[in-house]
Amino acid sequence: MKFDRDTRRKLFSHVVSVACLLCVGIAIIPLGSILYESVLKGIVVINWSFFTENQPLPCNPQFQSGCQFGGIFNSIEGTLLLIGISAAIALPLGILGGIYLSEFGRHRFGDSLRFFADVLTGVPSIVVGIVVFSLFFLLAQQGLIPTNYTLSVLSAGVALSFIMIPIVARTCEEALALVPNSTREAALALGVPKWKAVTSIVLSTGRSAVMTGALLAIARATGETAPLIILDAGSQFSFQPSAGLHQPTSSLPFSIYNWVQSAYPNWIADAWGATLVLVVLMLGISVAARLALRNKYGEGGVV
Amino acid sequence: MDESGTLVASPPRSAKLQVEGLSAYYGSKQVIQDLSIDFDDKSVTAIIGPSGCGKSTFIRCLNRIHETVPRARATGRVLLDGEDVYTIDPVRVRRRVGMVFQKPNPFPTMSIYGNVASGLRLNGVRKPALVQERVIRSLKQAAMWDEVKEHLDAPGVSLSGGQQQRLCIARALAVEPEVLLMDEPCSALDPIATSKIEDLIFDLKRDYAVIIVTHNMQQAARVADKTAFLYLGKLIEYGDTKEIFERPKVKLTESYITGRFG
Ligand SMILES: Nc1ncnc2c1ncn2[C@@H]1O[C@H](COP(=O)(O)OP(=O)(O)O)[C@@H](O)[C@H]1O
Ligand SMILES: [Mg+2]
Repeated sequence: MKFDRDTRRKLFSHVVSVACLLCVGIAIIPLGSILYESVLKGIVVINWSFFTENQPLPCNPQFQSGCQFGGIFNSIEGTLLLIGISAAIALPLGILGGIYLSEFGRHRFGDSLRFFADVLTGVPSIVVGIVVFSLFFLLAQQGLIPTNYTLSVLSAGVALSFIMIPIVARTCEEALALVPNSTREAALALGVPKWKAVTSIVLSTGRSAVMTGALLAIARATGETAPLIILDAGSQFSFQPSAGLHQPTSSLPFSIYNWVQSAYPNWIADAWGATLVLVVLMLGISVAARLALRNKYGEGGVV
Repeated sequence: MDESGTLVASPPRSAKLQVEGLSAYYGSKQVIQDLSIDFDDKSVTAIIGPSGCGKSTFIRCLNRIHETVPRARATGRVLLDGEDVYTIDPVRVRRRVGMVFQKPNPFPTMSIYGNVASGLRLNGVRKPALVQERVIRSLKQAAMWDEVKEHLDAPGVSLSGGQQQRLCIARALAVEPEVLLMDEPCSALDPIATSKIEDLIFDLKRDYAVIIVTHNMQQAARVADKTAFLYLGKLIEYGDTKEIFERPKVKLTESYITGRFG
């Protein structure tokens, strides 16, 4: 068969389009199957008490009777605590760092900080877990902190904050870099000191993008598991406020990890339920991050 | 003649701003060459010259915003009421010497009201009544109060280009400067918006020393009492606007004004 040039060109264009579509299809298969599987298997155990009860005792109906499904109350609680602790450390430090890099760090020292932050972003989270473990261990050995903080929700929160800080700092820097220089000059020309111009005008102009970076960092920390396996490896009980932050807690990722490799049907079923909750939670944070980009003044502001 | 019957000589026009031997650099590149000039109070001075001759750089030295550019610096003296601004805290200098930029640059996240109030609020004026009074007065001075009084909460960036520029003028006036620098304030505007700003400049000279950069010679002729011609970072000629445009003393000025270059 012989085609003229135009037909060949059109045919080629169609083939490429179909190939692209196929690749996109293949690329979203994992995402689709994650959602499909976790909804299908997770929805079975989800009801009100799944959110209000603590984790069940492991139970195999072949040998025992009266197996309970329990719930993920203590896992959610642990995850919220971890997010709270890590965000409380990472957001202020990360945002201040981002402000420094964007507004004051246009020289060699700033460049090294930037490089350092990028390297830190790539460090495997299990390594961060070990480093924080060693740090707490050494501090405890010196008698600077009580020993029982080493394996606790606090040390795990610190580890997660180490993962978040470079992400927050770099996204904050990029967000502020989008603020036009004319906005900075307008503020300076009014006789506003530079630090005030930065913290009130520049930061507020770029705030929605800064917020997005913060939320994405929180989403990353929410799903992070490796440091938790080392530092905060589960508890079957609810958090006791009176016992302070040196108690270990459970968390959604750790519970999933722990339950799914067990031989107990009720735990395995709960692992799927927890997976669904975790996926929905992460999805929610990502949607919030998107919404944050739509600021009050629509297109007018810097996104 | 005053009441006692003696002749009162009109006092010599006082120089609000005296520039002595100013040089400005970007890195090692010198852009302003040992420039000296005096600016009168309560009058409008235009700075004209071909693009790239250093007009913007020059007026940015007067409120010390030039030095905020990385590797930029300036030497020489700029006396504001006799006091060298290079010996004063730059933040204080900029409160006394306001600036309006070429492209209107209202703060994108702030309302009309918030934009005008921003300078006061950030400089620690907390009393809402005082802020409100100054905002209203500044908007009136910028001849836009009637246009915006119904929607002060609307975002500043929702205004038209000409209104945004007048908003920026109001924002600069709200901190009560003594000198107002304007860097081609009309170059991004249409003719109607331009003529509104020119009227406004005419009103402003009752209270301020206005220094306006323009590459539009008709504009200089319309609004300015005195005109300075800059070329390659040097002051070529300076005098009454009428003189400069009708009887320039320097050949270079004449060829620029008659449009032979630039
Ligand atoms: N940020 C900068 N860095 C380096 N050179 C600059 C910078 N801004 C302006 N210049 C140079 O300084 C000279 C004067 O510029 P400018 O003051 O903007 O002129 P004008 O306002 O008269 O058009 C030009 O040659 C320009 O290229
Ligand atoms: Mg210019």
